[in-house]
This record gives sequence, C-alpha cells and structure tokens, in this order.
Amino acid sequence: MGIAAIFKKELRAIFASPVAYVVMAVFLALSGYFFWGFLARFTFYSIQASMNPAIGGGVNIMELVLGPLFQNMGIVMLLMMPLFTMRLFAEEQKAGTMELLLTYPVRDGAILLGKFLAVVVLLGCMLALTATYPILLMAWSAPEPLPILAGYLGLLLAGTAFLSLGLFASALTENQIVAGSLAFGALLLIWVLGWSADLAGGTVGKILGHLSFLNHFEAFARGIIDTKDLIYYLNVTALFLFMTLKAVEARRWRA
Amino acid sequence: MIEVEGLTKFYGPKAAIQEVSFQVARGEVVGFLGPNGAGKTTTMRILACFMPPTSGTARVAGFDIGKDSLQVRRRIGYLPENVPLYGDMTVRQYLTFAAEAKSVPRQERGKRLASVMERCLISDVSDRLIRNLSKGYRQRVGLAQALVGNPEVLILDEPTLGLDPKQIIEIRSLIRDLRGERTVILSTHILPEVAMVCQRVIIINESRIVAVDTPENLNLRLQKSSRILLEVDGPAEEVQKALAAVEGVLTVAPQEARDGRRRFLVETDREQDLRKDLARAVTSNGWGLTELRPVDLSLEDIFIRLVTREEEA
Ligand SMILES: Nc1ncnc2c1ncn2[C@@H]1O[C@H](COP(=O)(O)OP(=O)(O)OP(=O)(O)O)[C@@H](O)[C@H]1O
Ligand SMILES: [Mg+2]
Repeated sequence: MGIAAIFKKELRAIFASPVAYVVMAVFLALSGYFFWGFLARFTFYSIQASMNPAIGGGVNIMELVLGPLFQNMGIVMLLMMPLFTMRLFAEEQKAGTMELLLTYPVRDGAILLGKFLAVVVLLGCMLALTATYPILLMAWSAPEPLPILAGYLGLLLAGTAFLSLGLFASALTENQIVAGSLAFGALLLIWVLGWSADLAGGTVGKILGHLSFLNHFEAFARGIIDTKDLIYYLNVTALFLFMTLKAVEARRWRA
Repeated sequence: MIEVEGLTKFYGPKAAIQEVSFQVARGEVVGFLGPNGAGKTTTMRILACFMPPTSGTARVAGFDIGKDSLQVRRRIGYLPENVPLYGDMTVRQYLTFAAEAKSVPRQERGKRLASVMERCLISDVSDRLIRNLSKGYRQRVGLAQALVGNPEVLILDEPTLGLDPKQIIEIRSLIRDLRGERTVILSTHILPEVAMVCQRVIIINESRIVAVDTPENLNLRLQKSSRILLEVDGPAEEVQKALAAVEGVLTVAPQEARDGRRRFLVETDREQDLRKDLARAVTSNGWGLTELRPVDLSLEDIFIRLVTREEEA
C-alpha cells in the first residue's frame, strides 16, 4: 500500500517534469548516432567480405553492431542516470515535504523502494524506446533475438545499479546539483577503475577489475548472461539501497 | 491519549527541550503556548515520529513513539509549521496520495476526500495546482491531509500562522468542532487563540514546561494579587497617597486622566477584599468616586509574567 502510493506519486512527478523527456531524447539521439555509425562500418565490412571470400563468414551483426552499441549505451547511461535520481530525496529535503512524508504510516524502506521503482520504470521506458534500432535491423537481416535480450537485460541491470547509487547520493543532501555531482563522480570513478585494472595487473588489478561497473557489462554486450555479472549488479543495487535506507534513517536523527 | 514523559532533545550541546512531561486526555484540545524558540516545534516533531528524542518517552494512543512508530503514525494527523506540500500536484491528487499513503481503503477514498475537502472549505480549489494556492488555502490543504486518514490524534503546529483574520476565525472554528471527536494538540504563540479553542494550556519557555492548566485556572492561579481600578474626582497626588495608605494595598499606579477624573490601578493582597476600604478612603476625603471595579489579568499578562518569572529563577 505504502510503496504503491509513493511509486505512483513519483511516477507522476517524473513524467510531469521535462527532465525525463529531455534525458530520454538525448539518450535516444546519442544511441541512434552510435547505431548509425556501427551499421555503416558493418555494411562496409560485409561488402568487403562479399568481395573477399577469405574473410568469409567473419561478419556478425551482434559482434559488429549491437555489441558495440550496447557498450556505448552503457557508458551514456552511466553518465545520465544521475539526472534521473538527483531530485528523488534532495528535492523533498529542501522543500521540507520529507518532514510530512516521514510521519506518514509508511516504512522508510517502502519510501525508498517506491522512489527507486519509479526511476527503474523510467529507465525501462528509455531502453524500450531504443529497441527501435534492433527492430530496424530485423527489417533486412535476421539477428538472433536471445543475445539482444541478454544485452538489454545487462543494460537494465547496470542501469538499476547506477540508479541505486544515484538514489543514495540524493539521500545525502538537500541540494540536487550536489546529489547529481556526487553520483556522477562516483560512477565515473568506478568506471575508470576498470582502466587502472589493466595497468595495475596482478591481484590489485583483479580486484579493481571486479569492482568496475563496465567490466561486468562486456559479456552482456556480447549477448552472454554470466551469473557472476548478474550477481554483481544485483549486489551493487542491494548495497546502495541499503545505504540509502541508512541515510534516510540518519536524516531523522539529524533533523 | 498522549502521555509524554521526560522528553529531552539536544541539538549538539544545546537543548531544544528538556524534561518535557504532560498528558492529554481523549477528546481534549490542548494548546502548546510559548515564545519563539521555546521548543514547541521540536516537541511536536517528536510526537509525530518525525525524529526521535535524545531521551525520554512518549505514548500516543497507547503506542510508544520509538518502538511502535508505525502504529502511532497510523493514528495521527500532523500539520508541520511551514506546511510543506507538493506544489506540482493538484489538491485532489495530493489528498488522494495522502489517503493512499495512510491506507484509506480504496472504496472509501472518494467519500473521505469529499468530506474532508468540504470540512476544510477547499472543494472549490480541488483541481488547482497547490503551487498556485494562497497561503490560507495551502494551510487548509495541510489540515485536510492531516484529517484524511481519520486520525484519533491531531498534531497541529501553528495552524493559524500567516492567515488573514477571516481565515483565522474559520480555522479556529474548524478546530473547535473537532473537540470531543479527536484529541488535538496545537501550538501557537497567539494567546487569545488558546483561550478560544483550547480546554487546557501547556506553557513552555526556554525548553521547559512552566505551567499546565485550563485557561481560566491559569487566570486564577497566577494572580498572586488582585487588581482594582478606581476612577476618582480629586487631586491626583493626594488621592494616590490616601489609597496607598489603606492597609493591604501593594501598589497604586496612576493611569491617564479623563475629564479631570483620575484613574488608579490598585494592586492588593489577594486574600482580602479591599473594595470597601478603598471606597471609604476616597469618600471620607470628600472626593467623588465614579468607578470601582476589579480587573482580571489577561492571559497575555500571565504569559509574560510566567515567562519573566522563569527567567528570574
Ligand atoms: N535542526 C535544528 N538544528 C539546531 N537547532 C535547532 C534545530 N531545530 C530547532 N533548533 C533549536 O531548538 C530550539 C527550539 O526550536 P523550536 O523550533 O522547537 O521552537 P518553537 O517553539 O517551535 O519556536 P517558533 O515559535 O519560532 O516556531 C531553538 O532554539 C532552535 O534554534
Ligand atoms: Mg515552531
């Protein structure tokens, strides 16, 4: 009951503000640009392959178009998710509506889950819109559907992990810009960890690589579901939701 | 209905409230009275389970605010001091949300919303955005969301703050109507308001409770002396001397003159009735006595006295 009330209220607020539409439009435009780029490259290779039998069946649409597209969408998503989450708690804390909300007979956990689910739905909408690109592909080739679905599952899981981190940042402050910057910085840092992993090598490199958000995305982008990656994203999401809960509880103490 | 025991809340080293204890019976309307910064909002926030106290306990409707916070929250309606509402919702959307969050059954929701909006006189703005409402209407929407869960207890922090006189009267009569039906605790620093709507007053000053009583009793209890106003036709200084000479008189304060007649405020020992002696003192000197009546201490005077007395102590 409580979760549903919060969820509906947040969903209404999200779709009443221009932020959701602008972010979705930008995301759609960027991924469209990448799609077009990879598709052009793919066409070029396939023409070459058809002329040079030595390369033969080496051209694969998942490998050359959708895989890279998913990779790039993951990165763009990482950069944009803070825009979805930054207002969730910060706005209420600033406006003081948090005071009233916290005296309603709704558990703190239900409040944050309601908010979280609302942005997950928004993320789902955004990803669903990008499905136009693979569907376009189906018009003149026959890509396998399962790897594509795996790719989308990966995007959704990675996205929810980004959202949970953003939600946590939002619970820490009453300033939306601060919440956005915090989430943005943290996400970038965890992403960049993957690069240093290659440099560091050894055990440190392994640990860093394991922490990196996007390393766990690679298999998904290739259309492969690895339980290790799945569990990683679910763990990250659960961890940040738990930290958000603690942050909301701490708000009460400091109020 | 509300039992508060030794509530203390510290902000850093500074105490916002200290050892606050009181009780409110079912159906009672109680006023929480105190100057700015006394700790009214702090107490109400704790009772509404917005934040925990540093120490002490409170029970609302039989449930502990710490251990059974959810049970308490099911039974209260809270109106915060600055009425924080979601500006981008319409009144109806907002009240629907509040009703849902307060678990009002779906089939009752429509009826409940209609009755609450009617009661708070906001039916005519039900489809306006809250952001565009005037302060008075926002206050009523705040009251409506407090009432929508049909709570046993209402906690209202300065419900008439920032309203125009007409709106103040409306809100007050609305609160008075709740008497007997719900338990209400409201804070204010407007004194006449307390006398008008509350059956009992809790006076708080500098983080501590200084008095709890009915408005009438406070009037009686706190008059250490009674005051008598006399209007005398005679030479000011001599009259003053004659009055001061009467046994039992504590002070004589001359007031402004009117048509050559002087008015004196005489403060006397509460135990004795000196009206006859004062009259005799005037007439035996050959002056004319045109008026003689006892003056009640207003609640305002009491408040100021209480508060200043506390400071001296
Ligand atoms: N969040 C806070 N952090 C630090 N101090 C606070 C905080 N909230 C309140 N205080 C302090 O606690 C004391 C009591 O404040 P409170 O708001 O309860 O007073 P009040 O009686 O409601 O006053 P008013 O009539 O102005 O509303 C004040 O001295 C205030 O400065
Ligand atoms: Mg206050």
